[in-house]
Amino acid sequence: MSEAIETREKSTAPASGPRPARSWLRFLEPRGHWVWIALAIALILPFQLVPFRVFQLTMVLVYAVALLGLNLLVGHGGQISLGHGAFFAVGAYTAAIMMDRWDTPYPWTLPVAAAVTFVLGLALGVPAARLHGLYLALVTLAIAIFLVPLLKRFEDVTGGSMGLTLSKPQPPSWTGLAEDQWLYFLALAVAVAAFALVAGLLRSRVGRALHALRDNEIAAEVMGVRLAFYKTLAFAWSALLAGAAGCVYTWVIGFVSPDSFTVNLSITLLAGIVVGGLGSQAGPVLGGLFVMFVPSFAQDINQGAPGVIFGLLIIVVMYVAPTGLAGLAGRAVRSFDRTLRKE
Amino acid sequence: MLEVRDLTVRFGGITALDGVGCTVEQGEMVGLIGPNGAGKTTLFNCLTRRYDADSGSIRYQGRDLLALPPHAIAGLGIARTFQNLGLFSRMSVRDNVLVGAHPHSRTGFLSAALWLPVLRGEEARLRREADRVLERLDLADVADHPAAGLPFGTLKRVELARALASRPRLLLLDEPVNGLNQAEVAEFATTLREIREEWDLTVIVVEHHMGFVMGTCDRVVCLDFGRKIAEGPPEEVQRDPAVIEAYLGTPA
Repeated sequence: MSEAIETREKSTAPASGPRPARSWLRFLEPRGHWVWIALAIALILPFQLVPFRVFQLTMVLVYAVALLGLNLLVGHGGQISLGHGAFFAVGAYTAAIMMDRWDTPYPWTLPVAAAVTFVLGLALGVPAARLHGLYLALVTLAIAIFLVPLLKRFEDVTGGSMGLTLSKPQPPSWTGLAEDQWLYFLALAVAVAAFALVAGLLRSRVGRALHALRDNEIAAEVMGVRLAFYKTLAFAWSALLAGAAGCVYTWVIGFVSPDSFTVNLSITLLAGIVVGGLGSQAGPVLGGLFVMFVPSFAQDINQGAPGVIFGLLIIVVMYVAPTGLAGLAGRAVRSFDRTLRKE
Repeated sequence: MLEVRDLTVRFGGITALDGVGCTVEQGEMVGLIGPNGAGKTTLFNCLTRRYDADSGSIRYQGRDLLALPPHAIAGLGIARTFQNLGLFSRMSVRDNVLVGAHPHSRTGFLSAALWLPVLRGEEARLRREADRVLERLDLADVADHPAAGLPFGTLKRVELARALASRPRLLLLDEPVNGLNQAEVAEFATTLREIREEWDLTVIVVEHHMGFVMGTCDRVVCLDFGRKIAEGPPEEVQRDPAVIEAYLGTPA
């Protein structure tokens, strides 16, 4: 929805004739300047906040990467997944096992975790491409349910219910950064790269094909879009991003256990992207903020029933902003832009 | 160019098409008429592989269409529009048209994600082509508008533009002037004649608007209850007793 408003906004600007190509920065559109402002704030924050807050923001970035993947599948591709926590967990465990068993230097775990979850997503995406709506929801949910007992079963590799404890990546001395800041910048680098990749995808024919099959599957196929191919690959890329997020999670937390990746995680992720704003560029970040801060905020309000408060807050947000927080933020940003232009 | 032979399609106990055959020559414009439920759209759906035929064959430029997967049809130069619009409502008009160009681009996930130079060149070419089509059909002003919310007549043009963006040789139009007013019908007929000339198109059009069919088509095929009951030049088919009976019933 927010894209729809976005494009209308653009047409009121002088858009007659082909717009001049504006170098590689164009992939950050629409509203490029807000991306840079957000990035500038993101670079300053770790030097202004106490380590615990920096840690929280790091987790926001981790969730944002996972939500970015989920957004690609759900918001742009019109599919559904109730099992993305499983891909997140596989990414996290891939990194943890590599670091635990083979003492792999942590940077190497990222490409491997991404590759493993991509292949897994591809394998699961083939049957998923044949399913629709509730059936797809059910099958992906089954993946998430299936995973926890599986992790507990292979104790000698996964550490069973006890999990694996790892040493966190240490900042190189030349940076002069504290550990929490270093982890934050690692997560930020991964998040920025992931956003750039997805922005590229969405601006291309791949993104248009996904939008087309989301809006009208039959017409998309008549236009030559191979539905099974795009659905499967969207699933795989989505899994890859969740896996990359899981890998960074392992770096940041330094500990993995099956109970961190229950079905709850999958459902929280789906709630996060719906609340953040499906199919919008800012949705994953806003969703990440929501997933990170709202449960602890709910805990503060009522020790006894944080789940109830969390649920109520989701309902409130969806009532106030049916297109998610991104839709709400989009409206605020546009009115702000308009006041700026008038002056 | 197109040869349909003995095409039969059954849905449960209903025979939607019953041994239909017809040929369409390069450059022709053929009207497909008949009362509601005669099987016109079913025939289109067979041509675009939405439905499987129970028997019969469809050959297009010497190729057996029925052996191909649905998504391969567009790449052969067959494009269609839909009776009740089949647009991508949340996408902009330009993006709708760009989806039409899907078969003429190659970029995959990886090169798109990395925004490689190959992609940038291709993307620029696609946008140039799309802008040309938009310009031609007077859609440049609404190019950045989402398809949802535009007037019906405009949306019909967007569908045509999307079909043209796939560089078709055979264009299938399903009730293109349905729901348009008299002036819009005349305008559409003129545009269609010009475009057919410019793009060297072969056209099959399903339409109930007899004035439009008689004015634009070289030949008319009339279906009734899944069977072909008449075929020939428009004025002949119009006088054919079987056709009149199909539309009006037998005199009491």
